[in-house]
Amino acid sequence: MKQRRRPERSQLSLGSLWGSSLPLRVLFLTLGASFVVLVLAGLLLLNQATAGIVESKKQASIAEAIGIHSFMQQQLRLPETRNVAINEQLIQLAALAGAESGRYQVLIQGPSSVYQSSEILAESVPAELRAAVESGTGMFVTPTEVVFVDDDQAPVPGWAVGTVLVDSGGERYPIFYIFQMTSEVATIRALQGAVVSTGLALLGALAAIAYMVTVTVVRPVRKASQTALRLASGNLDERMLVRGTDDIASLAESMNEMADDLQQRIRELETLSAVQRRFVSDVSHELRTPLTTIKMATDVIHESRGAFPPQTARAAELMFSEIERFDVMLQDLLEISRFDAGAAVLSLEDVDLAALVRSEVQAHTALAEQQGTELRFTARGDATAMMDSRRIRRILRNLLVNAIEHGEGRPVHVTVAGDEDSVAVTVRDHGVGFPAAQAAQVFERFWRADPSRTRVVGGSGLGLAISLEDARLHDGWLSAWGRPGKGAQFRLTLPKDTDTALTSSPLPIIPTDVTARRTDT
Amino acid sequence: MSERTRSRILIVDDDAALSEMLQIVLGQEGFETVHCASGSNALAVLRESRPDLVLLDLMLPGRDGVSVCRDIRAESDVPIVMLTAKSDTADVVAGLEAGADDYIAKPFKSKELIARIRTRLRRVSAEPGADELTIGDLSISVAAHTVKRGREQLQLTPLEFDLLLALAKRPATVFSREALLDEVWGYRNAADTRLVNVHVQRLRSKVEKDPEHPEIIVTVRGIGYRAGEAAQAS
Repeated sequence: MKQRRRPERSQLSLGSLWGSSLPLRVLFLTLGASFVVLVLAGLLLLNQATAGIVESKKQASIAEAIGIHSFMQQQLRLPETRNVAINEQLIQLAALAGAESGRYQVLIQGPSSVYQSSEILAESVPAELRAAVESGTGMFVTPTEVVFVDDDQAPVPGWAVGTVLVDSGGERYPIFYIFQMTSEVATIRALQGAVVSTGLALLGALAAIAYMVTVTVVRPVRKASQTALRLASGNLDERMLVRGTDDIASLAESMNEMADDLQQRIRELETLSAVQRRFVSDVSHELRTPLTTIKMATDVIHESRGAFPPQTARAAELMFSEIERFDVMLQDLLEISRFDAGAAVLSLEDVDLAALVRSEVQAHTALAEQQGTELRFTARGDATAMMDSRRIRRILRNLLVNAIEHGEGRPVHVTVAGDEDSVAVTVRDHGVGFPAAQAAQVFERFWRADPSRTRVVGGSGLGLAISLEDARLHDGWLSAWGRPGKGAQFRLTLPKDTDTALTSSPLPIIPTDVTARRTDT
Repeated sequence: MSERTRSRILIVDDDAALSEMLQIVLGQEGFETVHCASGSNALAVLRESRPDLVLLDLMLPGRDGVSVCRDIRAESDVPIVMLTAKSDTADVVAGLEAGADDYIAKPFKSKELIARIRTRLRRVSAEPGADELTIGDLSISVAAHTVKRGREQLQLTPLEFDLLLALAKRPATVFSREALLDEVWGYRNAADTRLVNVHVQRLRSKVEKDPEHPEIIVTVRGIGYRAGEAAQAS
């Protein structure tokens, strides 16, 4: 879990932010979608408005052109102008139109030259319109680009209306009326601006709304997740606020129900465990007191067994030794149930493991001698560590008795070593050993390597199981190595400081005499 | 010390069978016994019988053994040996802190119990000729069983006196907890070192000027304790 998270965090990018924030995602999606919709709607609106404006200008232009044209035609046919040269007349008409240059421009195709309002160029009249007017009769209208004489003035879209003037002689002169759409263009510009700014404002408003809505939904969800985290970290009184009857409220309700359930279960378990501990403690007291009386009574009887007939004396001896065995079993059973109840506590102090092992080895010399076994002790390095010496002694007793019992009379090596972070002790015997596959099984409760073997020293069958629990309580290791016929080795490793986790042991689990032989061959 | 020739032992235990058995065994060993079946009148029986040693069961009806122990210690220096069914729990430490000198876990052997009792009744004897000892700025009079700082006499229980004396006798030696258990409590095989820890704390609270920074009983990390440097004779 931790390892999976680390690379993600190191490349903290927009992608991970995107994945982690729902409001951000909703915000961006809303912004994107509404942008597209708004652009399409704006374009449609502008197109329609522009088309309407241009069309109405066209109609107005045609109407105006008809009016002007009939006036022009009249002027051309006035009786007093009959003697005036046609060129003069056309120039006059063009000048007439020039006076009205704000409304329209005019361009007349005279017999020899073109007469036009002063401001525009002849290119303002599209070639198709010219051709249409020259070949047909009536009025023609076409959109055009009005080009001005003045270079600084940008071309303006407009309408060109073309028709013919007919003089009294029946001569035809094409005439074009040009209507600029300057004010219409300005209107359309203003409209465009309005649409864009309205669109932007709408976009902003939509984003804000989307964000607010998401936050409203996401906040309770986040709260639920925080509450769940706090619940998980053991804060069982944590609850969510239920407001209203909506989905969020039902989420909160379910969360709270779950928390209630959880709390109840945990309380039940706690009570159960407390009851269990009480039971262990009570059993301990209740059984031990009568056992003490029995034991003392047995002592008295055992002391005076010399005065009994032989069979009664033997019975007294059996009673004595079996009560001893019963005592050991009871103590081991109580110890195990104390571990099971989680009631075992360490009382730690700084202890030199080497000194502790040495005194334990000395205490077992007598037993070893009875079995014809030699105990050899070596120590190196600083082996001072934080430990509960009572428990460590118990482990050592188990390992030593075990090694003496299974050592077949061959020497038992006890080695202590320490390094920077840990201390270790190994107990190596050269007895029957056990198959490698049984290295874990030996710590099982009531486990026996060979059920047919008679016990020499006795024991409850819980010794190694208790030792393992004791080692675990120290955050230490108790490991076993064994090979049939090559003996066995048990190793206890303890951290020097219980706060630091063990990573290695100063002593190898495979006996050095075995590895040395292996490298020799 | 007393006109009695036999040591008197007060047994405070609610279990009738065990109490009777204890009385039989202790009687066989030549002790005089007094029995009290509940914690609530243990003090009254104590005042009346003035025993040489108290055997106190930690779990008693009426009042628990720890508070009985505290009350006894408040008015008497009599050695107290606790009987406990639970050796692994905080009860033992609580009992020791309440002033018990030693404890014995049930089920115990008669011989073990007798040995515990005899150790507590016997007094540590100093080597002849070394009647006056100093440790830190304290002077110990072995014969008179007194400890003085200057002119002021310090009140120590016999066990605390023995513990201080053990350290003072060999000021150059660092005692391991196991060695002190042997010397003061008479444990030949290593036993519960909590005994030493608790009693060193109790002793320090009586003899040290500043128990947080002990100068008389100095901790040697990883090994045990030693006597503090002798101060200039004053």
